[in-house]
Amino acid sequence: MMISTLILGITLLLIGIYAMLTRKNLIRIVIGFSIADTGTHIIIVSLGYIKGRTAPIIDGAVDAANAVQRVVDPIPSALVLTAIVIGLAVTALMLSFVVEMHRKKKSLSIDDYQELKW
Amino acid sequence: MISRILIILGMVGLFMIFLPIITNFHESQNLRELAVNYVEGSVNELNTPNIVTSVVVTYRGLDTLGEVTVLFLATVGVGLLLKRRNGKQVRRPVSELLQTTSSFLFALIIMLGVYIFTHGHLTPGGGFQGGVVIASGFLLMMLSNVNVKINRTVLHVVESFSGTIYVLTGVVGLVLTIGFLNPKFLPLGDFGHLFSACAIPVIYSFIGLKVGSELTNILDTMGGE
Amino acid sequence: MIGAAFGAIYFKSLLAAIISAGVISLLASVIYLVLGSPDVAMTEASIGSGLTTVIFLYALNSVRREK
Repeated sequence: MMISTLILGITLLLIGIYAMLTRKNLIRIVIGFSIADTGTHIIIVSLGYIKGRTAPIIDGAVDAANAVQRVVDPIPSALVLTAIVIGLAVTALMLSFVVEMHRKKKSLSIDDYQELKW
Repeated sequence: MISRILIILGMVGLFMIFLPIITNFHESQNLRELAVNYVEGSVNELNTPNIVTSVVVTYRGLDTLGEVTVLFLATVGVGLLLKRRNGKQVRRPVSELLQTTSSFLFALIIMLGVYIFTHGHLTPGGGFQGGVVIASGFLLMMLSNVNVKINRTVLHVVESFSGTIYVLTGVVGLVLTIGFLNPKFLPLGDFGHLFSACAIPVIYSFIGLKVGSELTNILDTMGGE
Repeated sequence: MIGAAFGAIYFKSLLAAIISAGVISLLASVIYLVLGSPDVAMTEASIGSGLTTVIFLYALNSVRREK
């Protein structure tokens, strides 16, 4: 783990959540969600880093015999690989919702969609 | 005014929740026991140089199956929500230099994508990256040619075919060996060759085809409005 | 990267905000390479600054054409 990338990831996550809470434009809310997603992935990947070791691929640089002492943790990489693709799928679905909502009411501000409030 | 104070309180509260990640942080010197197990299993039992590939396909195979399902659901959702409009769009005719160059580049990009997902167990890469490269090749064709129509029937057939074969490979693994998606029913092969590592290149190729055709479908539905 | 994140929230035009989000993905891909995972770096570079930006621009185009 490196502290500087952890702090960067937490800052991005907080900025993304702040953007989702305070902006009024619908597309800006979706941009905030995408930024929060990126921040979470940076936090997870930087938890698997060990200082002085290299990527988990066995080729000329890393021998097959002593691979256990030379590679970075491969499990967080595998989890984040899945999570990035799922983030793209959810963002595409949210944007198609935004387009359909704009077609019904001709407005992109969240103040006009008040039917679900108490 | 009340809402602004509440938002600032909420952000400070969230920051307090995430603070123990930084303060309880100590550097680890060795790999975890589970990671040691995966690395040694990937070298000795599965003959795969790329350890992340063997984790994604074999040891965490059910997560990959769930992700393929989520992508499929997103494609279905986007296709259901956005209906095609009949309005004709007026665009400027594209210059001939752009059309010729993009037709030539399209073949090279498809070849690069196929290379990436078939050599997924030897070099960094794999099914998802290769699928995204193939989808961006189709995007280039959609952006530079004004009146091209993508044959949707072929896309649907390729996508459902690859998805079915991926699940059937898992079931074959269940019948011939012990676990679902266990790729050990094909021969091991030499270390570092293309046709080695049991059934992992086969599984990754079908995942790559499925992801590529699904993303092309999403781009075609959203861009044709 | 923090500057690009603040730019994505506070820029007036939506086009500039979308391109700032693409810049964030690009810098995140370089960070993944420094942290020792080339698979994740490749995936983030192609999906984050490729397909996500294109999908945002398609949605912006659909919304603008109706006005």
